[in-house]
Amino acid sequence: MIAFLSINAQWVLFSTMILGMASGMIGTLAYWKRQSLMSDALSHAALPGVVIAFAILGVKNLSLMIGGAVISALLGALLIQWIRSSSRVKEDTAMGMILSVFFGLGIMLLTIVNRTAGGNQSGLDAFIFGQAASMIRTDLYMMLFLAFLVILVVFIGFKEWKLYLFDPEFAKGLGLSTRWMDNLYLGVLVLVIVIGIQAVGVILMSALLIIPAVSARYWTHSFKWMIMLSAFFGGASGMFGTLISTLGKGWPTGPFIVVSSSALFIISLLFGAQKGLLIKAVQFQMQKKELTQSWSANAVLKEGE
Amino acid sequence: MDVLKVDNLTASYRKNKVLADVSFRVQPGSLTGIVGPNGAGKSTLLKVMLDLHPRLSGTVSFFGSTLKKMKRRVGYVPQRGSVDWDFPTNALDVVMMGFYGKIGWLKWPTRIHREKAMDALSKMGMAEYADRQISQLSGGQQQRVFLARALVQEADLYFMDEPLAGVDAATERSIMTILKELKLMGKTVMVVHHDLQTVEDYFDHVLLLNRTVIGYGKTEEVFTKENVARAYGGALRWMRGETS
Repeated sequence: MIAFLSINAQWVLFSTMILGMASGMIGTLAYWKRQSLMSDALSHAALPGVVIAFAILGVKNLSLMIGGAVISALLGALLIQWIRSSSRVKEDTAMGMILSVFFGLGIMLLTIVNRTAGGNQSGLDAFIFGQAASMIRTDLYMMLFLAFLVILVVFIGFKEWKLYLFDPEFAKGLGLSTRWMDNLYLGVLVLVIVIGIQAVGVILMSALLIIPAVSARYWTHSFKWMIMLSAFFGGASGMFGTLISTLGKGWPTGPFIVVSSSALFIISLLFGAQKGLLIKAVQFQMQKKELTQSWSANAVLKEGE
Repeated sequence: MDVLKVDNLTASYRKNKVLADVSFRVQPGSLTGIVGPNGAGKSTLLKVMLDLHPRLSGTVSFFGSTLKKMKRRVGYVPQRGSVDWDFPTNALDVVMMGFYGKIGWLKWPTRIHREKAMDALSKMGMAEYADRQISQLSGGQQQRVFLARALVQEADLYFMDEPLAGVDAATERSIMTILKELKLMGKTVMVVHHDLQTVEDYFDHVLLLNRTVIGYGKTEEVFTKENVARAYGGALRWMRGETS
């Protein structure tokens, strides 16, 4: 099927697959940092930056819009941090506040920009639900480059990430700067979000970060395999979602990626080799059977006495 | 030479001052129990000394130098409850983490590291659980894994935060055997401890703490009825030799 697609469509598929792999890996880090929701807050927070960057420039230039997205997502992260540390408001509340305020601001700005001359041709709407098919080649190259960069960062510091996520205090005792790791983590998280928002959209970008990691958890008890499986699930969801969305003209990519990754999640939930519902039920039944067998064996012995 | 020199250490937790003007000096080869009531600042003291918690004032010197320079010689065993045991990894892997500081970025543990980690696990009586998921270990076994991880660091000065809290008798015995072995090897160990009954059996030195140092020194000199009463505010009934 893929062979029938145009060269450009093949590039789009490949790029969203690599994007999915990068976000699957970062999603695993976020999962163990217990910050899955943070990725959702930050992707929503990226929207005003994108719109403002466009409004200032007047043209669609992805690298500058990504720059705007980075600034506004980091600002969101900073505000969440600040609200949490300077008030009694808990982190999840702070994230909820920032998510809605930034997203609302983004939509408001978007409405204004769309009404001005040339605005409705901007394709800015693509940033909400994602429009992978509309991405031009140079944008795809940049997305690919940054996604590979993110994957490289996870790979290089693999054992440091593991130590940092499992036992940050011990990590610090060994001389690993946790502040540095915090910043690096935020950096790769924001990066993977902003490169994904044009293809997947700000609303659903977090699905590509959260769902693959959770799905991977059902299959393995090893951190290494969890990262790899999560990358695989993310890559597959990215590719399938994009593939389906190219079937119809103007179909958004984000929702189909979510559908694909949720399908993988349901399969994992049911059939996962380590924590899946089926394997748990089978184990329970086997133990029950063993127990009744040993009971009846005892009963036979007693009768023989 | 003092292995550890703490001078006028003061620290706060949120609004409350939890440590005030803490000073003491630790001799090499000593096994010290850090004892005091809940909220006395025992865990905080460890964290402040190790720069895991900010200090308001005071200085700490390790082997006559700074922590930064002596990091390799200092080992830390955090409280068992400080990590998420659902993390996907096995016992051997956690012990291997003790090597990460020495291995450095972009390098992977080798077979030698693996063997040393296995040795440490056997020492703690945990060899058969090496491949076991850490979530499937009992509390005592998890604590022994933490101890094994500290052993592979081959540090000269160890800080342990309540290693004996909530563990079974077998684990308590094996941990104490290791602590005494470390002491025989000339290493210095400081242990946050909560059980007053066993202080005299387990430790040759005691640091009695209640926000400030009530007493520090040899167990028989410091761990007296009067001092403990001062640290705990009079509730003495559970001390040895007292009828309750």
